[in-house]
Amino acid sequence: MTTTLKDLTLKIWRQKGPNDAGRFETYDIPEISDEASFLEMLDILNERLIESGLEAIVFDHDCREGICGTCSLMIDGHAHGPQRGTATCQLHMRQFTSGDTIVIEPFRATSFPIIKDLMVDRAAFDRIVEVGGFISAATGGAPDGNLIPVPKPVADASMDAAACIGCGACVAACPNGAASLFTGAKLAHLNLLPQGQAERFKRAEAMVDTMDEYFGSCTNHGECEAACPKSISIDVIALMNADYRKAKFKNRKALSRT
Amino acid sequence: MAQTLSRGSVSGTAVKPGGGKRKPFLVDLYSTAVGKKYVMAITGLLLMGFVVAHMVGNLKLFQGETDGVYALDVYAVWLKELLYPAAPKSAVLWVMRSGLIVAVLLHIHAAYGLTVINRKARSVKYQSARDYDVANFASRTMRWTGVIVLLFILWHLADFTFGWVNPDFVYGEVHRSVVASFDRVPVAIFYIVANIALGIHLFHGLWSMFQSMGWNNPRFNSWRRPLATAIATVVVVGNVSFPIAVLAGIVTHPAV
Repeated sequence: MTTTLKDLTLKIWRQKGPNDAGRFETYDIPEISDEASFLEMLDILNERLIESGLEAIVFDHDCREGICGTCSLMIDGHAHGPQRGTATCQLHMRQFTSGDTIVIEPFRATSFPIIKDLMVDRAAFDRIVEVGGFISAATGGAPDGNLIPVPKPVADASMDAAACIGCGACVAACPNGAASLFTGAKLAHLNLLPQGQAERFKRAEAMVDTMDEYFGSCTNHGECEAACPKSISIDVIALMNADYRKAKFKNRKALSRT
Repeated sequence: MAQTLSRGSVSGTAVKPGGGKRKPFLVDLYSTAVGKKYVMAITGLLLMGFVVAHMVGNLKLFQGETDGVYALDVYAVWLKELLYPAAPKSAVLWVMRSGLIVAVLLHIHAAYGLTVINRKARSVKYQSARDYDVANFASRTMRWTGVIVLLFILWHLADFTFGWVNPDFVYGEVHRSVVASFDRVPVAIFYIVANIALGIHLFHGLWSMFQSMGWNNPRFNSWRRPLATAIATVVVVGNVSFPIAVLAGIVTHPAV
């Protein structure tokens, strides 16, 4: 098997810490294999930097198989790079042409503060999940399969939303820095299933209100859906908007009964 | 890891807050971003209904005159005396006008509030060029088309309601005022440009309304875009036909 080698120029955002101004630095990186993933290409660059006594570039990564949601990066103005439905770790160098200049910037949002270089703190997502991204159920022995029947289309819609890996590409891609796709996906995942019904409206109000504290608002551009490595549909945002409205009325009624 | 964000209180549960006054329900709802989007959608729907009805009514311009009485002038009187004598003259008109004014003000206030929220959500912009995948021209220029439409509405009122900027304004003679105004080429061009901006605004706004209100169903999802395109097109074609007809000499008035 022949491997094509590429010579690339990288313009990478370097920032010493949260309060540093930061700037782009340019690196020439020759002889990169087609088969290298984008993160492997950064590994190679880091090895070369370390060998020449320079500081390695900090970037987020973990499973490298597209399921953990740790990797990020704005690559040439696209969250997770130009290839649709792909996380940065699954993006390969065969997508680029020799001689390309690739611009790499961290995800940017006020609630995603930069820690160092390309690494950002996405803990605001945890705040949203903490207030409702779960079901409160007594756990005991594993229940029998199909104990609670779920219609196939409902199970499919819930599963599509559950594919969200919480990477934050939706926020990064959104011109408004909104987290509606993330919150919508977390809500759709649980609010469609029978197990999620008991806390459905409490969840909807709590998660959307928490989202409000950190992120912008949705103006229905659809950039999030295009950037999402799991291609989650903006249909979940409509579901979120509908559930939030219902929740506001239902919870108000519930409140008047207490 | 340093979490540099301050965390506000979470009010989103049906639990009675301990102490402190609770905001009135609608004020509380409007204070949220999603609540503001509902206001954008509902007021937008009302205003769009007005725009469509306004365009359809003005098609009377093409009916011209019978025995020296212009169809558009008759329509204007009918509007003024809607439901008369059940209601006093102009009463229904003023109810509708008040509704429109409130809708416009709320639409602008909510848009402003959302813009502020969105600016704050990304205080440091991307330092390299963004490359948008699907955000279209309409969705990205909503604020600009909105401002153009607002300025146009103000001009429009000054032109045909108050007559301040109309060269030959005669109260009650709507047909004459319209012909007099559109006879000026720059005015006609401004009118056409503003209506194209309105069409672009409606194209995204109507589709966006479905999402904001959560009206999303596989049964009609495929109809949302075509509906938005159709209504925006009909409004633009209808409205733009008036100045073009005047400039082309299809619609005339002997006094102008």
